[in-house]
Amino acid sequence: MVSKRIIPCLDVREGKTVKGINFEGLREVGDPVEMGIRYAAQGADELVYLDISATTEGRGTFMELVSRIAKNINIPFTVGGGIRTKDQAAELLLAGADKISVNSAAVENPDIITSIASKYGSQFVVAAIDAVYADGSWRVVTHSGTKTTELGLFEWVKKVEELGAGEILFTSVNHDGTGKGFACDELKAISELVSIPLIASGGAGKKEDFLELFSRDCADGALASSLFHFGKISIYELKNFLKTNGVDIRI
Amino acid sequence: MIAIVDYGTGNLFSLASALERCNTEYRITSSASEILSASSVIMPGVGAAGEAMEELRKRGLDIVIPQVRVPLLGICIGMQLLCSYSEEGAAPADSSGRSPASLLPKATVSSQMDKIKCLSIFPNGVKKFASPGIKIPHMGWNTLYSLKTPLFEGIEGGEHLYFVHSYFPETGKFTIATSFHGEEFSAALNRDNFYGTQFHPEKSGAAGERVLKNFISIKL
Repeated sequence: MVSKRIIPCLDVREGKTVKGINFEGLREVGDPVEMGIRYAAQGADELVYLDISATTEGRGTFMELVSRIAKNINIPFTVGGGIRTKDQAAELLLAGADKISVNSAAVENPDIITSIASKYGSQFVVAAIDAVYADGSWRVVTHSGTKTTELGLFEWVKKVEELGAGEILFTSVNHDGTGKGFACDELKAISELVSIPLIASGGAGKKEDFLELFSRDCADGALASSLFHFGKISIYELKNFLKTNGVDIRI
Repeated sequence: MIAIVDYGTGNLFSLASALERCNTEYRITSSASEILSASSVIMPGVGAAGEAMEELRKRGLDIVIPQVRVPLLGICIGMQLLCSYSEEGAAPADSSGRSPASLLPKATVSSQMDKIKCLSIFPNGVKKFASPGIKIPHMGWNTLYSLKTPLFEGIEGGEHLYFVHSYFPETGKFTIATSFHGEEFSAALNRDNFYGTQFHPEKSGAAGERVLKNFISIKL
């Protein structure tokens, strides 16, 4: 059986890994490549790098970074953040990225998923979906959660699969940053709706949250950042805990 | 010198980087003479089998590859092209297999016309995962069993390697490793000097690097 995946996520701005702390601003937490090497050695199954650079210069730095990651890291990695065209995706593929994720751009122009997937294969395209629960329904949000759309979450989930995405990365805005656990019920519903793999993001605060996610078979992988960056949980310790509790995990 | 076969299928950078980490010299090439004079050959591959076969043919490599007499390793689609046929054909590049044809009833798809003829070094066919309830693409780390040949020297049964694919080679007498995703499939094949892995050794951490090093040291 294919193992459940543990995926650290690194936000990169102007070439440095950063993390927001209680909305007070971003703090640098380290060199993205060194952190990736360390996570891979601790047993991370994949890595996700998101470019949140604000400048053109920063975006150029990110492209160089992708090559450095591919040169130095021997596990798969996804890159995302601001990918709007097939050409950008192609550039990242040539730089060594295993997958790219599209988020806001896909909501604005769904054909971007099909155009990248038909050229480079579905396995290369991750549909990152952020959604918020309000007034009795789940709505897709874009631009890092700042814009709420009219698009229903479950409708969009079905749609990205039809368009050719090879994986879904779902973040619940309601759960993100709370540390109270993943949006298990919604993830379970999404997982049953589509046949492509699903990665859960947002809400993990303790090892038991991962155990609940996987023992209920709500997702194929789990993504977290602060938990790992600030050493609250080590990947090694987390994976051993999950394995001891019967989850199919690679040690 | 190892020849990495370049036939226009995208990401060769990861494989090249993995060989560099193994301190091995390589050349990325589509030249017949360079491929035939290499000490060993690696044929990577992403995308769909149909399109990849077409790219091989365009460069005359469908004639060259079967003539290779040194160790040759096909990775993922690179291995599938060494099989007898692939069901992944009718559609444009979409290795998830969700092509219009795959949405038709199975009887319609399995007609001879929609199969792509491959190089037939291995007699195995390449089929689409179809067990109920499984996720496609098969993406992530899965376990290997029934390991044979020096390719798996130092690798224990149960080791995890990284896979990403929607089509798989059937098992048969040339199977040298199996894995399971709804059904059992060949995770690796070997016949004479030809080897193939469905998993990506260049993306499979320390275990993957061991497989690459084992391949590099195979002497015929």
